[in-house]
Amino acid sequence: MSTLQLEVVTPDKTVVSSQVEMAICPGVAGEFGVLPNHVSILSALKVGDLRYRADGKDEHVFISGGFADMNNNVLSILAESAEKANDIDEARAQAAKDRAEKRLAEKNDQIDATRANAALQRALVRLQVAKF
Amino acid sequence: MPSLKDVKMKIVGVGKTKQITKAMNMVASAKLRGAQSRIESFRPYAAKYHDVLAELSSKVEGNAHPLLAEHETKQNCAIILITSDRGLCGSFNGNIISQALKLAKEKTTEGMTVKFSCVGRKGRDAVKQAGYEIVTAFADRMGSIDFSLASSVAQELIHGYETLSFDEVWLIYGEFVSMAQQPPKTLCLLPLKTPEADENASPTETGPHCEYVYEPREEQLLAELLPRYVNVQVYRGLLDTSASEHAARMAAMDNATRNCNDLINSLTLLYNKTRQASITSELIDIVGGAEALNG
Repeated sequence: MSTLQLEVVTPDKTVVSSQVEMAICPGVAGEFGVLPNHVSILSALKVGDLRYRADGKDEHVFISGGFADMNNNVLSILAESAEKANDIDEARAQAAKDRAEKRLAEKNDQIDATRANAALQRALVRLQVAKF
Repeated sequence: MPSLKDVKMKIVGVGKTKQITKAMNMVASAKLRGAQSRIESFRPYAAKYHDVLAELSSKVEGNAHPLLAEHETKQNCAIILITSDRGLCGSFNGNIISQALKLAKEKTTEGMTVKFSCVGRKGRDAVKQAGYEIVTAFADRMGSIDFSLASSVAQELIHGYETLSFDEVWLIYGEFVSMAQQPPKTLCLLPLKTPEADENASPTETGPHCEYVYEPREEQLLAELLPRYVNVQVYRGLLDTSASEHAARMAAMDNATRNCNDLINSLTLLYNKTRQASITSELIDIVGGAEALNG
């Protein structure tokens, strides 16, 4: 079976670097799947769950938004933070969720609300990904 | 002639200083290793980002985004100054700061108002003393740098540039060239110069170079990519400065340890000389006394 090279890189480390059979990315305009020899694509990603299949097994990676670049059968994901499902610290994500909810409950100025919303979103998706 | 006891005390004192400088040297070398490995692990991200942006910016026109556009009237200039929090690292901070103040002076003579955003206590203190306005200052953060620090440094200035309250943004940091070289580096951050596609890479590139599919449209993608590119550059500055600081401190402490050794040697010489002199004078006393008795 043909494969494509998947690279998930963050400023701190390379999270995934392996041959995969397919990948599904959380694009801003909706999820899209990438199979080997996909046409060159550059897409912005939102906070979400990146899925890929390697050796017949499905894997999940949390992505805090970023970019996906597919070129010459190499799919590179650039994210500010990314964690594999079993590396996610659930307790921390839960704490972040509670904190964000608390902050949203208090009425504050606009900037704080958008930031808290983004934090809440990240925490929720993290928790969701961690379940896989 | 100093007394024997004084010299002895001094030798002990210098010995203690030597222990400290030696320990600092070892701590710095351990921290340097950490900082270097962070630079290493950041490199793939930076390289990839560079490629993507170069690819994209070749497709759109020069002034497609406010961060790329040069402002017509230049009145306000912001300088991001990255230094270390602590001293005892030779002329490292001094070099960066003097470079920054020189740039600030240049910009002032060009008729601009210069404001600073500082990371690192040393830089902040120096800028405060020089009397420039400080927009934001992050002290005691060099020990725990992460990407979010870079974002928060850059965010305000990006916003300022977009709302026309800044017309130029410069970044000054200590570039990590090698263990022996950490020159200050000045970089014009905004207006942003998009990276050129690497000329060496293109001829060797194999495979069909087909048209890209962009999602969303190019301009919107650029609007997402560019502010983050500024963050990437600031983060690189932070990482480099941190590695440079430790390298500079290692060199400085190595020097200090060597100086301590020299000092201990010359003090020991002095100690022995003093001891001999005192023995000689005592002998003369005794001999003189015996002569007198015999006389």
